Amino acid sequence: MLDVKNLRKTFDGFTAVDGVSIKVAERQIVAIIGPNGAGKSTLFNLVTGHLRPDEGEVRFGARAITGDAPHDIVRLGIGRSFQRINIFPKLTVFQNVQAAVIAHKGYGKRLWGRSAELCRDETQALLDSIGLAKIADETSAELSYGAQKQIELGIALASEPKLLLLDEPTAGMSATETRDAIALIERIVAERGLSLLFTEHDMEVVFQIAQRIGVLHQGRLIAEGTPAQVRADPDVRRIYLGGHA
Amino acid sequence: MTDPSFLFGQFVSGLTTAMFLFLIASGLSLIFGVLRVLNFAHGSFYMVGAYSAWQMVQWLGPRTESFWLAVLGAACAVALMGVAIERLLLRHLYGREELYQLLFTYAVVLVLGDFAKYTWGTQQLSVPRPPSLEGAVQLFGVQIPYYSLFIMLLGPLIALGFWLVLSRTSAGRMIRAAALDREMLTALGANTGWIYAGMFAVGSFFAGLGGALVTPVRAIVPGMDVEIIVEAFIVVVIGGLGSLWGTLLGALIFGQVLAFGILVFPGFSIFAAFGLMAAVLILRPWGLLGKPLK
Amino acid sequence: MSARRIPWVLIVFLVIVWIPWLGSRYYTFLATDIVILALFATSLNLLLGSTGLVSFGHAAYFGIGAYACAILTKTHGLPFLAGLAAAPLAAASFAAFFGFFCVRLTRIYFAMLTLAFAQIVWAICLKWNSVTGGEQGMPSVPYPDMDWMAALPLLGALRVGEKYYLVVLVVVALCFALLHMIVHSPFGRMLTVIRENRERAQFIGIDVRRYELAAFVLAGAFAGVAGALFGIFNRGVFPDLAYWSKSAEVLIMTLLGGMGHFWGPAIGAATLLFLHQLITAYTQFWPFILGTILIVLLFVFPGGIVGAIHAFWTRFRKRGPRA
Repeated sequence: MLDVKNLRKTFDGFTAVDGVSIKVAERQIVAIIGPNGAGKSTLFNLVTGHLRPDEGEVRFGARAITGDAPHDIVRLGIGRSFQRINIFPKLTVFQNVQAAVIAHKGYGKRLWGRSAELCRDETQALLDSIGLAKIADETSAELSYGAQKQIELGIALASEPKLLLLDEPTAGMSATETRDAIALIERIVAERGLSLLFTEHDMEVVFQIAQRIGVLHQGRLIAEGTPAQVRADPDVRRIYLGGHA
Repeated sequence: MTDPSFLFGQFVSGLTTAMFLFLIASGLSLIFGVLRVLNFAHGSFYMVGAYSAWQMVQWLGPRTESFWLAVLGAACAVALMGVAIERLLLRHLYGREELYQLLFTYAVVLVLGDFAKYTWGTQQLSVPRPPSLEGAVQLFGVQIPYYSLFIMLLGPLIALGFWLVLSRTSAGRMIRAAALDREMLTALGANTGWIYAGMFAVGSFFAGLGGALVTPVRAIVPGMDVEIIVEAFIVVVIGGLGSLWGTLLGALIFGQVLAFGILVFPGFSIFAAFGLMAAVLILRPWGLLGKPLK
Repeated sequence: MSARRIPWVLIVFLVIVWIPWLGSRYYTFLATDIVILALFATSLNLLLGSTGLVSFGHAAYFGIGAYACAILTKTHGLPFLAGLAAAPLAAASFAAFFGFFCVRLTRIYFAMLTLAFAQIVWAICLKWNSVTGGEQGMPSVPYPDMDWMAALPLLGALRVGEKYYLVVLVVVALCFALLHMIVHSPFGRMLTVIRENRERAQFIGIDVRRYELAAFVLAGAFAGVAGALFGIFNRGVFPDLAYWSKSAEVLIMTLLGGMGHFWGPAIGAATLLFLHQLITAYTQFWPFILGTILIVLLFVFPGGIVGAIHAFWTRFRKRGPRA
């Protein structure tokens, strides 16, 4: 489904991503791990069109999407959430997700009609499936971090993606929050038959749900394979797992 | 019209204008570079500098050094005023959207404009040239006043001074760091408040200095604040907001555009000025010598 | 709360319709001024409040609309409706061209380019003597043909200025209806989303530049209508209608009323014009007062008048039930 070949991106002499290639098959869950600054977010930005790669190619299905604009890539079926909270602060939870649904369905060009009335059912259904229905009318900026992360997910799902890119979905969460978030993500992915590519810091999460893992270090993919393979890889143990079994 | 000495005369006039513009625009660029605030009131500081210089000349009386004392005094007064405005009012707006900061500086323009009108009236004022710089020199058939030569030399000297301080001193290092990443600097324990106040003081000082020094050459009149700020904007946009050498280059280019624009057709200068500004923003928004945007 | 149910807008409209019959030229004059500038300010708010775009050059479209209408009706003798139609078309065309370049930039650079383009428009108006009348402008732009009004009851006794006020009111009311529709439409919601988080907007499938350009063009068009109406009201079209100080004026009006609310700019326009009239009667130092008001606004009431009322109302509501 997603085929990334040899992506390279340099900023002012600093190579953030250096010849990274990775594949995500349909309905597959792939994790990218690596220490801070390894280039995970840059990789996501390159894949989703937020940045233009200096070299390399990104294919989604049969289509080359290298360097395409983010809004085009989203329309093709890739949804993305962000590491830092990136929602629409002054809007309510409902409005956040509703806006994304309206944009996805193409109603955004309409100059008439009340936006508040549009796509209410779809939005409600989506909120129900993520568990945000109770707080639907709260202003999103005032909610807890965990709730805002859920909104992030909701907005990404509103575009009916076939591939989800989640950038550190459990960043800053407690153990319980992480457990709930991962359970939610697993359920959503299974229910909708999505492919998932995510970056993570939390090793437990990664080894729990990922079917394949890629290890990024200083912009390069130093290992790639099943969780067992990655665990056993000597380079990975040396650089990243630091001696943990 | 294509008489070489006439062209040379225009060129010299363009250089003089450029150096005045540089004095004012450098402060504007500096304040933007470090504080990320586009100070509309910079032209007002220039105007207050001019009026203050005139006032001090009146108080000091006809002594040989009174002009220079007045210039220095005026620049210092404007610097103090600038610091007061920054510390008492502007700094409370730093966390907010840029629009609020911009509108605040515009409010200052309104207030200072009327303050000047109230204090000094609407009549044109002027200050005589300092006796030490009266007279002119003949060069290529053109009379170049000594005062203009002085201004033409002062510009590059100040630019050099800025550059030396910014690149060679530890204070300069901190200023450059503040321009790049103010949060990091606070985290490192530096007192950003002093840096901002200091930068605003320096920027205001040079605006006031420019205003004071222009008094023998141009009339001191209400509206000079608005006229100069528009020109300063054009200069910093062309050169690159936050770039010292860019401001100098922008000033030089704009000075010549103003000088030779009249030859094309009257009023060409305005078109050329804003056309140049638009062209730079369209083709190369960070200016000739600025840093590329994200 | 019952205050929401009251149709404020309808009430205000019905009240201001009767102003000509008060018989005061002064009130009619002031009302016409306020109504036109309310439209101008609300058009700016489509950029500022709805989309989060700060334009320093909105007066350009005001001026273009004014000149377009004046040139058609005065120079070429065409009827008022032709001028009124041409104004938004001309303004929108320029907005499309300028906006194309402006939306490629963000924040301060966007603002600077809008300013540069506006000053170019001003310079053209100032220098193109044969078409725009140059520095002298185009005085005495003709009123629309309002003789047909004499046939209607009540309207026959009105003076020209009062009849024109009614024309202005109808046109502006229509524009406000359209603007209200646009702001509350799905398109308007997309603009809000862009304002809230430009980056995220891209990632929900919005071509941000295209939407911003659309907003820019629409805002320019409505500003053009306001300009056309103003040129006739002002008894002349002059280059300073496009000058940046006019852009600053309308920006302040919008902020004063509150850019977070649809009717904020209109309230700001009314307030500012009232204050201007009041204060210039006593002193020539209006800029000083305006500057002070602006500073107070920025520090104490960033949400403008509507924002302040809203905050007060919310606090009042929270206290109410407990007492």
